[in-house]
Amino acid sequence: MSQTPRTRHASAGKGRGRGLLLLELDGAGAHPAAWRASRTGPAAVLTPARLRDVVLAAESAGFHAATFADRPLDPGPLPAGTDATGTAGPGPDATARLNALQRAAFAGPITRSLALIPEVDTAYTEPFHVSTQLASLDYVSGGRAGWLVAASGSADEAAAVGRETVPGDRLAQEAADSIEVSRRLWDSWEDDAVIRDVPTGRYLDADKLHYIDFEGGNYSVKGPSIVPRPLQGQLPVLARAGLLAREAVAAGAVDALLVSAPTPELLAAEITGTRADFAGGAAGAGPALIAELDVVLDARGEAAAGRLAGLDGHTPWQSPRARFVGTAAELIELLAEVLGVADGVRLHPAVLEVDLEELSRLVLPELRRRGVLAPVVLDASFRDQLGLARPASRYAATPSDAAPAAAPAAAPAAAPAAANQGDKS
Amino acid sequence: MSQNPNPHPAREFTPSGTLQLGVFFQGVNSGTIWKTAGSGSQTDFESFRRLAQTAERGLFSAFFLGEGLRLREHLGRPHALDVAGRPDAQTMLAALASVTSHIGLVATQNTTYNDPADLAHRLSSLDLISGGRAAWNIVTTDNAWTGANFRRGGYLDHADRYVHAEAFVRTAKQIWDAWDDGAIAASAAAGRWSAPGAVRRVRHAGRHYTVDVTPRLPRSAQYRPVLFQAGDSPEGRDFAARQADVIFSAHPTFDAALDFRRDIVDRTLKAGRGANDVKIMPASEFILAPTPQEALEKKEWVRSLQIGPQQAIAYLEQFWGRELQSFDPDGPLPAIDPVVEETSETRGSGFHGAKARQLADQWRAEAKEKGLSIRQFVSARTSRGDSTFTGSYTEVADQLAEYARAGAVDGFNISPWLIPSGLDEIVDHLVPALQERGVYPTEYAGTTLRENLGLATPVRPAAAAEAEARV
Repeated sequence: MSQTPRTRHASAGKGRGRGLLLLELDGAGAHPAAWRASRTGPAAVLTPARLRDVVLAAESAGFHAATFADRPLDPGPLPAGTDATGTAGPGPDATARLNALQRAAFAGPITRSLALIPEVDTAYTEPFHVSTQLASLDYVSGGRAGWLVAASGSADEAAAVGRETVPGDRLAQEAADSIEVSRRLWDSWEDDAVIRDVPTGRYLDADKLHYIDFEGGNYSVKGPSIVPRPLQGQLPVLARAGLLAREAVAAGAVDALLVSAPTPELLAAEITGTRADFAGGAAGAGPALIAELDVVLDARGEAAAGRLAGLDGHTPWQSPRARFVGTAAELIELLAEVLGVADGVRLHPAVLEVDLEELSRLVLPELRRRGVLAPVVLDASFRDQLGLARPASRYAATPSDAAPAAAPAAAPAAAPAAANQGDKS
Repeated sequence: MSQNPNPHPAREFTPSGTLQLGVFFQGVNSGTIWKTAGSGSQTDFESFRRLAQTAERGLFSAFFLGEGLRLREHLGRPHALDVAGRPDAQTMLAALASVTSHIGLVATQNTTYNDPADLAHRLSSLDLISGGRAAWNIVTTDNAWTGANFRRGGYLDHADRYVHAEAFVRTAKQIWDAWDDGAIAASAAAGRWSAPGAVRRVRHAGRHYTVDVTPRLPRSAQYRPVLFQAGDSPEGRDFAARQADVIFSAHPTFDAALDFRRDIVDRTLKAGRGANDVKIMPASEFILAPTPQEALEKKEWVRSLQIGPQQAIAYLEQFWGRELQSFDPDGPLPAIDPVVEETSETRGSGFHGAKARQLADQWRAEAKEKGLSIRQFVSARTSRGDSTFTGSYTEVADQLAEYARAGAVDGFNISPWLIPSGLDEIVDHLVPALQERGVYPTEYAGTTLRENLGLATPVRPAAAAEAEARV
C-alpha cells in the first residue's frame, strides 16, 4: 500500500482513491441470460419506462456514474459449420439494446448527480458526429457527461457501414484519432465565443471560433464544431487499459482507464501497477484508474454461486473482468480494499433487477458509513467528480499571446492536466 | 414506386377540416431574435424543455430540430451576425423524450454524411425511447465544403443527391421492416430472447454505399419513424410523394398552398399512394397581439431586430462577393458590381449559383423604383413575408380556419422568433381560438406521432417481396 503513488483529492473520503462507484446499466444485466431472471419481461429492455427505472434506481442507490454499453445484436455462439461473417444469427440469449448515447441523453433531465457515460465506437463512426453528439449530451445532462471509448474490430460492424474491417493493430490509432478530433472540436468554440454584442450586431466573435484542421492517416476534419463548447469544456474520456498505445495515455489522451484483472484478489495489485506505469508522465497525475468488477450476490434466498450456475446453464458468462461471487458483506470488504487504491470501481451486476437491489440495500450504505465513498453532490460535473479542473480551450489566446487566431497543436490534455496539477497541491 | 403502397389508396383528396401545429426550434438563422431582453439561451437544455413542454400543453404534434453539418461562413470566416451553434438533434430529442409524453420528436438528418445502417438504427432507437414519437426530416447535401468535416469528404454530385437519398431511405425502411412482429419472447420462460428467423438481414450494394447488416431493433409503437421532407424542386416533390409522410413545405399563402396541395396529390397518386397519404405542413411565423394594430406594430419591431444594419449589408455581401462595409445601410444599394459572375458553393447561405451581376442590376432597379434603402430592401426580401401570419388572435384564427376547411394544408410548422417564450401566446390565445372554431384538436388522438398526425400504419411488405435472407 505504501507504493500507492498519489492521493488525487483530499476530499475523497478515507480511501486513497477518489471513492467513486460506477454502475454498468446495459440491458437486463451483465450476464447474457439476465433477461431470464427479470420479472419485467423480455421486451422491457427496449422501453423508456424500464430505462427510467434503472437510472433512477442507480442514482438513488448513490452511484456516482452510470455507463451504457453499446454493441450490435451479438451473434452469440456460432453453430457448427457456419462461418464468422455473421450469417449465424443471434444466439439464444442475444438481446437488443437502444443506442447508448441516447439512453444517456434520456437520463440527463431526470437525474441530478449521476455522471452519464455512454460507450461510443470510434472505428466505424464519424468522428465529427461522435464529437457533436457527446457535446450535446453534456448540455442535456448539465455537465455530467463522459465518453467510454470503444474501438470495434468486428467484421459485422464494418459490413453494416460498408467499410473494410479495421485490423486489430489499427484500432488503437482509430480510437486515438477520434479522441483527438473530439477534443479539438470541443475546444473549437472558445468559452466566450457567443458575445451577443448588439451595437456591432455580432452574435458571435468569429475570432473565437477555430478550424481544427485535423489530418489523420485515414481522414481529415476541418471544423469548427457546430455545437458550442461543452459545459465541462472537455468531457472526461474513459477507455479500457490496453486499448490505446501507452504513449497516447501518457500524453493525456484519456482521463480515466478501466482496469481489469483475472480475479478480484488481483485487482488492487493491477491498479497499483498501472498507477506506477503512468506516474510522472507528461500528463502529470496520470489517468484516474477504475477497477472493473462483475458482481453476483446472494439474493432472494439463493446463494450467489447457485444463481450464477443457473444463469450459466443457459449461456456461460464470458467476460474479461474479475468476478465477485458471494455475500454482500464479502463484497463490502473487497470494495473497501480496491477503493483504497483505485479511484473508482465499475460494477457489472449479473442481473440488474436482483443485484442492484442488494447493492442498494446492503453494500452502498455500509461503504458510505465507512467513509470509503465520495459524497454524492447534486449538479456536480463529471470533471468535478474526477477532481479535474475545467480546462481552457487549447485555442484560447493566453494573456501573453497577442495573436487571436493562433491554433497551437498542443497535446490533447496538456491543458487540463496542467490545470489539475495546479489544483491538487 | 413507394416502398409500402397503401393497399386501398384513396383516389380523391378529402380535407380533414382540422389543423396540426409543429414547432421548429431553428437554432441557426436570422429569424430568431437575440437582441432583446427576452432572448434566451440557444443551447441550455431549459430552453428546449420549456419550448417542448409549452408546445405539448398546446397539443402540438411535433417538435422539430434542424441540422447543418458545417458552421455557416461569410466571406471566408464563420458568419457572426446570426444565432449559430446548436446541440445535435437526436441527442437533444432523446433527452426531451424523458420530459414529454405526447409530442412528436423530429430530427433533421442528412443522407449524404451519414451511414444508412447507423442512422436508421439511431432513429429506431429514438422511436423506441420515445414510445413511438420519432420522425426524420430527410435532407441532402452535396457540397464538398460540408464534406470537409467527414471521413469521405465531398463525393456526391448535385444531380445525384435525390437518387442517393432515395436509395438511402429505401434501405432505412428495409431496416425498420426487418423484425417480425412478436420477434421478442413473450416471457422469461422462452427458449430464446428472439425467435429464430424473425429478423431479416438487409443488404444493399449501390454506387455510393454498401450495407450488409442484421438490423438491431424491432419496430416501435408507431411501426417506424415518421418521415418528413422539405425539397421543393420537381425531383424533391416526387421523392416526397413516393417516400415521405409529411412535407415541410415552403408554400403557406392560401392560393399557393392550394396549388401545392393539388400538385402533391397528383404526384402521390402517380406514386401509387392514396390522395391523403402525404400531409403538408408549411413553415410559418406568427406575430400575434390582442388587436390588429398592436400586431402590426409588433411586426415592425420584430423585423427591425431580425435584420439589423449589419445583417442587411452582410446579406448583400453574399451576392456581391466582396466587403460592403463602407456603404450606408440606410442608403441606396451599392453602385459597384459584384466581383463574381455567379455565387459559388453555398457555405451555408443557401444561394448556390445565383447569377450575381444580373441580380444586382435587378435589385438596384427594384430598390430605386420603390425608394428602398439597403436595410428596407433586405428586410423585405428576407422577412419571409409570405410565411408570416400577422394579426389579432381571432383574426389569425379565422384565417387558419379557412385553410382547414379548404384542406389547403394539414397544419403549420411554426418557427418562433423568440426563444424560449415564443410559443406562449400561440398556445395561450391562438390554440383556444382555433379550438372554438372546431379546427384544432382538444386532446391528443394517441400517444404516437403517427396517431396524432392521422397517418395510417405502414403496411409490412409481403414476405415474398422481401430479401430472402433470414437470420
